[in-house]
Amino acid sequence: MSARLLPLIGFVALLALLGFGIHWNTRHEMNEVPSPLIDKSAPEFTLPLLFDPTKTLSSKDLLGKPYLLNVFGSWCPTCQDEHPFLMSEGKSLGIRLIGLDWHDEPEDAKRWLAQFGNPYSTVIADAQGHIGINFGVYGAPETFLVDANGVIRYKHISVLTPRVIEQELKPRIAELVGDKP
Amino acid sequence: MKRQPLKGIVAALLSIVVLGAIMAPQAYAIDALPFKDHAQELRFQQLTQKLRCMVCQNESLADSTAFLAKDLRLDIFKQMQAGKTDAQIKVWLTSRYSDFVLYDPPLRPGTWLLWFSPLLLVLIGAMVLWRILRRRSRQPLPTTDSEEDW
Repeated sequence: MSARLLPLIGFVALLALLGFGIHWNTRHEMNEVPSPLIDKSAPEFTLPLLFDPTKTLSSKDLLGKPYLLNVFGSWCPTCQDEHPFLMSEGKSLGIRLIGLDWHDEPEDAKRWLAQFGNPYSTVIADAQGHIGINFGVYGAPETFLVDANGVIRYKHISVLTPRVIEQELKPRIAELVGDKP
Repeated sequence: MKRQPLKGIVAALLSIVVLGAIMAPQAYAIDALPFKDHAQELRFQQLTQKLRCMVCQNESLADSTAFLAKDLRLDIFKQMQAGKTDAQIKVWLTSRYSDFVLYDPPLRPGTWLLWFSPLLLVLIGAMVLWRILRRRSRQPLPTTDSEEDW
């Protein structure tokens, strides 16, 4: 009797596997590759400010308080989708929002920010894209939450939607602001 | 004189093949990088073909036209000039982009299932086959001529 049920059991097992695959794919963005840099020190950098290239900002200057590093580019259409959310939510995050203008012409980025608004407390220009590569960026927009010790605690790939900001980002920020080193 | 056109066609085809063979390596390299020698160029191509472009994830770093792939190719080229080994370059890449950049995933406890599941499936199949065959061999042969069924 059980031998006759075997094909049915096999079929149900296959169905369960495929169903799980579909379920998994709807919950996960398959393009999103987990970063090996999570819980590691953020790569060091010293980059010119977008609006004043004579001055620079380095990763050491940012130590002491957590910050959010948002990688964007004027060439990036998805960044444009994300932009309104940064404009509306950026100030309410309670930590510095640093813009990393990645692989971009500074003039284009300035024009882009003038047109859509500037949600950032500071914008640094990574015109060659090297720092972005050190951060393992492969598709802007990408956002890194870095703690007061300069350790990357969280990374989000693609648009920071209001849902992601509320459910994933804000609890993590509260955690970091709560336990000061 | 009669066979001249055929000769012409053969010559044309041959020259296409020969030209193609000569030009193939150049067609490969998207960016014209000043390699030290042919061996280094081959090494570069072999390495970048085994690396995944993170932007268009089903393309190799060698083939992709994404600017990130171009930048990474240039970085890899510079590291080769600086005398880095393939293994060192791979470590440099995986520390930023995870093992996902490698088309050949490394063998370690986390990837055992990936590497050995085909072997496991073959073993299960062999076991099932062995059991079926053993059961059949115990059964007596049918007495009637089974050829009639055909």
